[in-house]
Amino acid sequence: MGGEPPSEELSVAAIRNGTVIDHIQNEATFKVAEILRLDGAGEIVLVAMNLPSQRVGKKGIVKIEGRELTAQEADKIALIAPEATLNIIKNFRVVEKRRVELPTKVEGIVRCFNPSCVTNQQSVNTCFEVLSTSPPTLRCVYCERVMSGGDIILK
Amino acid sequence: MLGQGGSVTSIRDFDRDEIVNVLAVAGKMEAGDHYGLLQGKVLAIMFLEPSTRTRLSFASAMMKLGGQVLDFGDVEHSSFKKGESLSDAIRIVAGYCDVIALRHPWEGAARLAAQIAGRPVINAGDGANQHPTQTFLDLYTIQKVCGRIDGLTVGFVGDLKYGRTVHSLATALSRFDCRQVFVSPPSLSVPQGLLKELEEAGVEHEQSEDLRGLLSSLDILYCTRIQQERFADSMEYERVKGAYRIGPRLLAECGVKDGLRIMHPLPRLDELSPALDETPFAVYFEQARNGVPVRQAILAMVLGKV
Repeated sequence: MGGEPPSEELSVAAIRNGTVIDHIQNEATFKVAEILRLDGAGEIVLVAMNLPSQRVGKKGIVKIEGRELTAQEADKIALIAPEATLNIIKNFRVVEKRRVELPTKVEGIVRCFNPSCVTNQQSVNTCFEVLSTSPPTLRCVYCERVMSGGDIILK
Repeated sequence: MLGQGGSVTSIRDFDRDEIVNVLAVAGKMEAGDHYGLLQGKVLAIMFLEPSTRTRLSFASAMMKLGGQVLDFGDVEHSSFKKGESLSDAIRIVAGYCDVIALRHPWEGAARLAAQIAGRPVINAGDGANQHPTQTFLDLYTIQKVCGRIDGLTVGFVGDLKYGRTVHSLATALSRFDCRQVFVSPPSLSVPQGLLKELEEAGVEHEQSEDLRGLLSSLDILYCTRIQQERFADSMEYERVKGAYRIGPRLLAECGVKDGLRIMHPLPRLDELSPALDETPFAVYFEQARNGVPVRQAILAMVLGKV
């Protein structure tokens, strides 16, 4: 056998087929697992935190066996962990690697933080214009309020 | 460009050319008699919040163009009392008219209405968010009394935190080459988001608590009401109110420009002395009158008659 595998691989077992969400800002790791509703899923899920990262300091990783993310799930991750990368794994190999990227509009996944917004008063699909991706800053197309950081509440 | 079937929900949707175009059409409306232009057309006035000037000037604008006005009445006597949703009410009213003027306390209500009405919707105020026809009439007034918008220094004074007319006008003026000055107590200062927006647009602007120090540089002074309910402490309210009371003596002491013009969306409390009313500085009543040609222009444009 060759030399020691990288420490990260020691900490987090590989998956055969599925998705690895890497470079999650450490503190957002459990939030990523939460929004993907992984606790109730049948798939094997590996979650690691406090891994060293040159790009984000300490990082988290979430590995999900047998699942690819929907576009909406990727948008949600971009909102809470804009530096994250998505790795699609097939037969233990990375076949696709990309940064999460917010589209110019975010629809249906965020709740407006303004209680007087029409979207909080009756059933309306929310829609936000993305003003900045990192840190994510959104403007509600209905009430026009601008929100970022903790004001961004995922549905 | 605003045209047939278009809605007017937010001043943000309008670039400089589009604004200039609306103001030009308003100028034509004021200059001539266009009775009959909207004959056979029906405007539904759907106001779910109190209003005097906006409601009457919409009705006047439609009548001056020969159109008819259908008034939804007040909320107490409407289907909303029975729990009908805004979406349902808009769909119903849209079936009875050609264009809707909507005032609603929910922010974004007009945007939603415009998506579902299948008719032009004109936002006549949605909570603390937008009141675009007010902004157009403010711009129209500035252009009329100063002969231009570019190159002016516009000062805002009063409640700059909650006043939607201030926010919308500041956004609209950012499309022009204007310097903007914001004068208020710290508790009622202009929102950071708006300042950031002005910075990004490269607008020269300044914030201050000191009205006296800035008055002499202004071409337009846009005053707003300071409302007592914004203050927890009534002493503080009285102090702030007193600091921004404007009258002929203050203007003389500060050496304002002869061409200074004072605007106010009205109603006023005592921030503007009645002694100003007959001076050339006061244009706030003219400003209110300008609501008619501006709304005539917008109605004619969205109904495809201009």
